[in-house]
Amino acid sequence: MRLDVRLPIGALFTVLGVVLATFGVTSDKAIYARSLGININLAWGLVMLGFGLIMLILSRCALADGDPRTPTRDRWLEEKAKTLHLGKGM
Amino acid sequence: MTLTFVDWIVMLVYFAFVMGIGLLLKRRVNTSADFFLAGRAIPAWVCGLAFLSANLGAQEVIGMAASGAKYGIATSHFYWIGAIPAMVFVGLFMMPFYYGSRARSVPEYLRLRFDEKTRGLNAISFATMTVLSSGISMYAMARLIQTLHIFDAPFERLSLSPEWIFHVSIILSAVVVLGYILLGGLSSAIYNEVLQFFLIVAGFLPLVWLGLKNVGGWHGLSQQLPGGYTHSWSGMGSAFTNRLGVEWFGLVMGLGFVLSFGYWCTDFLVVQRAMAADSMTAARRTPLIAAIPKMFFPFLVVFPGLIAIALPTQVTPSTAMRTASLRPATVVGEGLIPPKIEARTGLPILDNNGKPVLDYDLAVPNMLLHYFPTGVLGLGLTALLASFMSGMAGNVTAFNTVWTYDIYQSYIKPNAKDAHYLAMGRWATFVGIALSVAAAYAAAHFNNIMDMLQLVFAFVNAPVFATFLLGMFWKRASGHGAFGGLLAGTGSAALHHGLTLPTGATPGIKGAWLGSVLHLYPSEMAQNFWTAIWAWSICFVVTIAISLLTHPREEKELVGLVYSLTERPRDEHLPWHQRPIALGVAVLVLTVTLNLLFW
Repeated sequence: MRLDVRLPIGALFTVLGVVLATFGVTSDKAIYARSLGININLAWGLVMLGFGLIMLILSRCALADGDPRTPTRDRWLEEKAKTLHLGKGM
Repeated sequence: MTLTFVDWIVMLVYFAFVMGIGLLLKRRVNTSADFFLAGRAIPAWVCGLAFLSANLGAQEVIGMAASGAKYGIATSHFYWIGAIPAMVFVGLFMMPFYYGSRARSVPEYLRLRFDEKTRGLNAISFATMTVLSSGISMYAMARLIQTLHIFDAPFERLSLSPEWIFHVSIILSAVVVLGYILLGGLSSAIYNEVLQFFLIVAGFLPLVWLGLKNVGGWHGLSQQLPGGYTHSWSGMGSAFTNRLGVEWFGLVMGLGFVLSFGYWCTDFLVVQRAMAADSMTAARRTPLIAAIPKMFFPFLVVFPGLIAIALPTQVTPSTAMRTASLRPATVVGEGLIPPKIEARTGLPILDNNGKPVLDYDLAVPNMLLHYFPTGVLGLGLTALLASFMSGMAGNVTAFNTVWTYDIYQSYIKPNAKDAHYLAMGRWATFVGIALSVAAAYAAAHFNNIMDMLQLVFAFVNAPVFATFLLGMFWKRASGHGAFGGLLAGTGSAALHHGLTLPTGATPGIKGAWLGSVLHLYPSEMAQNFWTAIWAWSICFVVTIAISLLTHPREEKELVGLVYSLTERPRDEHLPWHQRPIALGVAVLVLTVTLNLLFW
């Protein structure tokens, strides 16, 4: 079973989202003068957190399904076989 | 610039993940195919994002914003004309031969299709070029860290001399890239490229959002910019009526056909990502999947440049440069773009008309500093560093494969055990990075040597697509023809460059080094595009001529390598929306729409 890349992406974005959003809640509002008065840390932190969680959920779902999409080393051979016999099969 | 603890946390978290992926994948690397080809077991969408991201180096993120500030929205031609059609072509028509022939690298395909000498020429020039570009990436990153004073505060606290910042930046980036490639090989590079892709989007999206909000959306932006900035096609009728300085034919043929197809269809750096796919269909869909985010990338990387130039001019540019106090108050930049400063004197560089030359490369860094408060600033900088690393790692993984399979296994030590080549691949990674470091220092000390080398590689690269096109679609093309065509194409590129000059340049590295000027181009870009067109055409004609005079290979040897002798990949068993052809058509329709919208 190979590593599902959505797992590290989800984990990274969740961690970064939490860090930024927490900082956004606790930080001095004066620093947001440059970002047009928008608390960009909180806003973008939440967006990243949301994206991270979606990625984590997707990778969990794939795991629960037994992931039919998890590639195997023989996939190339299988496909090669499929194309070769396609004439008969169709 | 002052970074606070939260910026450092963001950066450290990212680098911890990068290394973590390498460690997680380490257990899965048992054979040389695992290391060099990621075991050919990566799903299409992952390969697609890596395909895109391997090219998303610093030259892209910094350079495209710089071009955006300089040329305007016409910069998106580098995507819509200069990438998408080639990506669709490689996916639909060329991938069946790359993937289906089971070649392990692009030079190996040339060996299978033509002969040993054609492979050798391609492998050696490609290996040298990857090391060089990775070195230039490294150098640019170290310079950026210096310019932005990222490490100044920590260095001061540790009471280290600031002169060491450059060296430490180079060594740090080398160690990180070396670490994760040594551990996980190509899989590790690919997984990290996907991570970097999302990180770059996450770092730049809020920047574009804030910037556009600030200038009043696209409508406000186009009102604050001169007319030529906001159109991609109107004015392309003549080289003198658009900001690029090139006419539509040179653009479409030079950039859209020769250079773009030469890069996206034959450069092993990107093709390697598709070769790692888990099936033929996945390999064919890889560049097509990559094309979708690619066509929207101008909004992410060109817009920051446009916004930077549209903003009110800053008298004191926000990059806190050491030389700021020395700069005369009369010389200002444009928008957020500061004038270029001569490193030795600390004075602005002036052009022939006495106007300051602008340092467009600072568009993105200055935008980050202008809009991002601490916190998200750390994220933006991490995205920037990630783009440098992904460029470097892409080059290094391509280098170790070509070195091990196409040079070492072919010419130095054939028939060794697989474990031997795996070990050699790890050593090649180490040596490749060491050479990159050397190239980075060469770039720092001898600027002209690097410019010259890049020029030579441009000559070598320009004709390559003619060789592949004939190789894949004309069974009569012979090895002698391919080799002779490549040499003739490279020679004619050099000759063309040596006899022409862009307007306003002095003979030398910019052209006309053969003494006389046969043709004066309106811009350097026009000269580059036409050099490529010449090289391609000469290579095409010479390959055909020599092939007709020499013996072709027997047809049975060319099965799987040439279009007319290869069974078409069948995808009738797939639902229509998963078929590569449907995806390809959708990509092209979307691209045409974008061109019409920004006409």
